Amino acid sequence: MSILLIAEHNNKEVKPFTLNAINAASQINEDVHVLVLGSNSDGVAKSISQIPNTKKVIHVNNPIYENYLAENYTSVIYKLSENYSHIVCSANTFGKNLMPRVAALLDVSQVSDITKVISEDTFLRPIYAGNAFATVKSNDKIKCVTIRPTSFDPAPTSGGSAEIQNSEAGEATEISKFIKKEEIKSDRPELGTARVVVSGGRGMQSGENFKLITAVADKLNAAIGASRAAVDAGYITNDHQVGQTGKVVVPDLYIAVGISGAIQHLAGMKESKVIVAINKDGEAPIFSIADYGLEADLFDALPKFLDELNKLNTIQK
Amino acid sequence: MKILVAVKRVIDYNVQIRVKEDGSGVITDNVKMSTNPPDDNAMEEAVKIKELGKASEVVAVSVGDEKAQETVRKALAVGADRGILVKADGIIEPLAVSKILQKVVEKEKPDLVFMGKQAIDDDCNQTGQMLAALLNWPQATFASKIEVKDKSLEVTREIDEGLETIEVNVPAIVTCDLRLNEPRYASLPNIMKAKKKPIEQINASDLGVDTKPRIEQIKVEEPPKRKAGIKVASVEELVQKLKNEAKVI
Repeated sequence: MSILLIAEHNNKEVKPFTLNAINAASQINEDVHVLVLGSNSDGVAKSISQIPNTKKVIHVNNPIYENYLAENYTSVIYKLSENYSHIVCSANTFGKNLMPRVAALLDVSQVSDITKVISEDTFLRPIYAGNAFATVKSNDKIKCVTIRPTSFDPAPTSGGSAEIQNSEAGEATEISKFIKKEEIKSDRPELGTARVVVSGGRGMQSGENFKLITAVADKLNAAIGASRAAVDAGYITNDHQVGQTGKVVVPDLYIAVGISGAIQHLAGMKESKVIVAINKDGEAPIFSIADYGLEADLFDALPKFLDELNKLNTIQK
Repeated sequence: MKILVAVKRVIDYNVQIRVKEDGSGVITDNVKMSTNPPDDNAMEEAVKIKELGKASEVVAVSVGDEKAQETVRKALAVGADRGILVKADGIIEPLAVSKILQKVVEKEKPDLVFMGKQAIDDDCNQTGQMLAALLNWPQATFASKIEVKDKSLEVTREIDEGLETIEVNVPAIVTCDLRLNEPRYASLPNIMKAKKKPIEQINASDLGVDTKPRIEQIKVEEPPKRKAGIKVASVEELVQKLKNEAKVI
């Protein structure tokens, strides 16, 4: 019983969600081996070897891994898989893209996006965007599991000294080619991982009015979200959409402004630690899940809210 | 170029999900069903490519019970030329669906296969990638822009850090993000016309694919209930509560 964990990195640094995945993996079994496929990625292999949960690092250093292509990663993982009982990675766009390609080649039915490890073969995972939770048991010989990063704490990054073993590269793919990556440079935190999210709904009445949301979000160092209704009405682009067909967020503070609380929106935010609803309709369903509800016209409330925030001596970032 | 689009029948995204009392699953009887939302984007993109003269035929395929025929019919109403329904009952895991689609691909020989990036029922996000693996085709997942070139596609993908562009050789699998396009509504005349378009029915068992689930579903539960909190009387009170009681700002 050993676990092969696939690391996500940019050849310089380990991506944070890999730390959550390593912690989750060591809850399945302590013998966690981390695979680093990279190009000039010695630094990444070294820093992963210092994570106390890591028992061994397998480093494949080859220019074909400079950019991440699932087609390139798969052959190496497939070759190593016979020594492992589990293959694990994070259920973000990296792992979601990669793991099913590995699982299908191994003829394994993958367990996606787990939020809890119950035993070595049994896991809890949300279905219907978190409107139900399924306890599932994998009966495949090798288990392919992706983990929801926000459901597990990150592993500590120092104190370990695992062996680094260098390994052979696989064949380079000819069917797929990396062209470019445009990282969205924003001072604002990313919606999926932000500590605070301020979201607007149909009640905003226009895209222009979203500047009220932006002002509050700036003050709180928050990400900006939106309901599907606001996106469909064209107030904001759909990369901001929170909900079943958008992003699922679990911030410490979620502020829903002018959002009535359609089921599909609630599915995307109701696990937030503290929920605030500002809505002039006192009967709006959003109030049924809000910790703090303010029945008010948002066009009065938001500027006042900003004034009150400005009066505070300190605001958590 | 021929495009195969896979569409799934799921509980409509606006329906409140209810878990069965015996914990065996969620209630699907007398519940409104629709096409999985990103599958609509996949269909829209295929039809657009055909309208641009870059595809000759769009075929819709669904794997499911008899009623999934409605989902195929809807795809025909928005522009698919013909449909295929692979009949299979019960829980069909993504691995089995991808094996079924592999058989359909071997028979239909499409140049491209499109589908939504994820189904909103089991939230697995696996089928497209698995099909790509089984066929040894390239995969362009979470696509928000597709440019059809001579013998390849240039695809912009939605990733955590922003956008990534890759080029994949045809034949290829593309899984579609909601940002890809704005799916059209079927017009009444097109709905009428769709009734005359052919839907081929195949039994999954006749394809020689074992659809027995590999994963045991032990139980399905409701998520922990969230209690309603309090109503505050003013913005001042709200800020005080957030600062001193919830301690989140």
